[in-house]
Amino acid sequence: MRRGIAATALVATLALAATACGGDDKNAADGTKAGGELSGTVTWWDTSNDAEKASFQKIAEAFTAKHPKVTVKYVNVPYGDAQNKVKNAFSSGSDAPDVIRADVGWVADFASLGYLDEVPADQAKKIDAEFLPQAAASGKFEGKTYAVPQVIDSLGLFYNKKMLADAGVQPPKTLEEVKTAAAAIKGKTGKAGLYLRGDDSYWFLPLIYGEGGDLVDAKNKTVTVDNEAGVKAFKTARDLVASGAAITNATDGYANMQTAFKTGEAAMMINGPWAVADTYAGDQFKDKANLGIAAVPAGSAKAGAPQGGHDLAVYAGSKNTAAAHAFVEYMTSQEVQVQSTKDLSLLPTRTAAYELPDVKGNEMVQFFKPAVDKAVERAWIPENGSLFEPLKVEYTKAITGASSPEDAAKSAGVEFRKILKGWK
Amino acid sequence: MAAHTSQSVAKAAGDDVENDVAARGRSRRTDSDSGNRGGARGGKGASGLRRAVGTHWYAWAMVAPVVLVLGVIIGWPLVRGVYLSLTDATERNVSRTIGARHIEATYEFVGLDNYVAVLGDPVFLQRLVWTVVWTVACVSITFTLGLVLANMLNRDFRGRAAYRMALILPWAVPGFVSVFAWRFLFNRDNGILNKILDGGGIAAIPWLDDPTWAKFSVVAVNVWLGVPFMMVALLGGLQSIPGELYEAAEMDGASAWQRFRHITLPGLRTVSMTVILLSTIWTFNMFPVIFLLTRGGPGDSTEILVTQAFREAFVSSPRDFAGSATWGVLILALLMIFALVYRRSLRKQGEVW
Repeated sequence: MRRGIAATALVATLALAATACGGDDKNAADGTKAGGELSGTVTWWDTSNDAEKASFQKIAEAFTAKHPKVTVKYVNVPYGDAQNKVKNAFSSGSDAPDVIRADVGWVADFASLGYLDEVPADQAKKIDAEFLPQAAASGKFEGKTYAVPQVIDSLGLFYNKKMLADAGVQPPKTLEEVKTAAAAIKGKTGKAGLYLRGDDSYWFLPLIYGEGGDLVDAKNKTVTVDNEAGVKAFKTARDLVASGAAITNATDGYANMQTAFKTGEAAMMINGPWAVADTYAGDQFKDKANLGIAAVPAGSAKAGAPQGGHDLAVYAGSKNTAAAHAFVEYMTSQEVQVQSTKDLSLLPTRTAAYELPDVKGNEMVQFFKPAVDKAVERAWIPENGSLFEPLKVEYTKAITGASSPEDAAKSAGVEFRKILKGWK
Repeated sequence: MAAHTSQSVAKAAGDDVENDVAARGRSRRTDSDSGNRGGARGGKGASGLRRAVGTHWYAWAMVAPVVLVLGVIIGWPLVRGVYLSLTDATERNVSRTIGARHIEATYEFVGLDNYVAVLGDPVFLQRLVWTVVWTVACVSITFTLGLVLANMLNRDFRGRAAYRMALILPWAVPGFVSVFAWRFLFNRDNGILNKILDGGGIAAIPWLDDPTWAKFSVVAVNVWLGVPFMMVALLGGLQSIPGELYEAAEMDGASAWQRFRHITLPGLRTVSMTVILLSTIWTFNMFPVIFLLTRGGPGDSTEILVTQAFREAFVSSPRDFAGSATWGVLILALLMIFALVYRRSLRKQGEVW
């Protein structure tokens, strides 16, 4: 399947080259392009995971088919280190990438520090018209567009169909049902019901949304993590682990979660579309049909998962902004997005893409699209990313029982107010 | 311990503060040495100075580049760090150049506000207590193990060279490589340590998931990294103790323990005082082991002062340069106080140091 990627990507780009002359003319009007043709090198820092990167590298390098004088330098930066690395590179200016793949939570932060080049007006207009509105919102800061959404995602409940069927349970819809299902699974197979990540606060979000809460209320400049719903969410996390319904780790959670789910040590996990390609590689999912996906289990109030995804943005100090913006336009074009859906089951950010059979027919999209539509949009504030670190500390403490849910919520609130100066 | 690793990994982590602190740690001795020398010279008056320059101009010329380089790579960052700790500099208000655009610095002098804030925060005391426990535990265990191994290796036996090589190996492996290797070993669900325990019918140990076990684990790894240095240094010390002393003691009918107590330990004194001081400073500032093994977790239970300084500076946005510099200066001050007290106590015992 992998081998086919290059060929399809090439066809896709050629098709694009044939139809995209309009875009080129507009760039020429900027006067940034010598001789009407883009040239130079575009360095792209991609944060996609091991299962995804080969596909993205091929797609990115195929940009040369459209602009022969532009060389794309593909660099994969592990997601965990990326935010710091990007900041180091951007603030020093040396060896900085021209284009970055930024988590939706980083855009406002980078833009507020002046690191991002605004998306050209005509391209920005297209984003408003052609992209999913909630995806487009993530690329904006103070009314200006700084990033183009590449993929959108949300969390869902991944389950091992066979293990659930063997235990005679249905995919759970609420956390209460998760506990019953886990008990049945444990009784039948001795394996764990749910793997719940305990070392990353992003996985805390479905729990707090499930109780009807949120981290902050950006409109009223209020920290809400330590209110009643927040405390309940920490309680739920602790309860899932203490009751034996879920297993967790305080370190290396992602790798352990994937291993546990892929080898059948755990029957369910909460994860996003980016994990699909890797999950299929596991023993339990040699038959792809064994992987089932459902909405994240609801708490006492509702079922809610965070809206995530990745945007592409151009560095304000790039020496080659014209080519960089053209590259971003290409990487977020319909053809490329459809390709990522076919290869990796990632969700496009363009509204029209969902009408195409390749996307429409994709099982993962069929599940995740409604999830994305309902996903909780986060507060797109510069401090967005900073909140996760202190929250992680408290979440880990609460889930492992090192501190009480009340204390965890309280400390998280204290730390949040240190970051969000002047908030209630 | 393992100072060489502390630098390379700090660089790998893209961590300026850490480099800064390490550099400052090193500078301290040089500074005080040259300070003493200057003081002695100054006593002789201006003509003495002229004569000294006249006779030793060659030496001065040779030393000058070193002094210059040290001034640039250690002195300047140190001065700058202290200055930043007295301002409100963050990522948002320092000067920076983005492509063709240059943004001027707008941060202001705030006096001791940062120090008041850090010292007034209960977090500082929590971190300090654990840092001291961690340092004392690591140094004492490492020293004891190093001493035992050095004594064992000091005997003549078959394959001695091979054993020595094997024991020095942890030192030769880059620090972050060994720490990552340990992280795999410690993995609760898939790590080899728990697989072995499982084979023996023992329940899995949450090596890095439980605060107490995590503390045990980081100390264990640091000891593992630090023993080779201790062992080599003490082995050198042992070999410098004249064999006649042992022969004479044996003639007098001293037992093995008496020989160890009255000949080996006093003979090793100079070496051990030095390595204990060094390893205390290194362990106090041992960033990579903690950062790479647990990231200060679970929660914040293994966070020491330097990793906390890193967290302050680089984890939240905008990065708080002033706050981090404050932590750095406080760490430096603590170590300086420790070194002074240590030196004084040595002098009281009659050691010339």
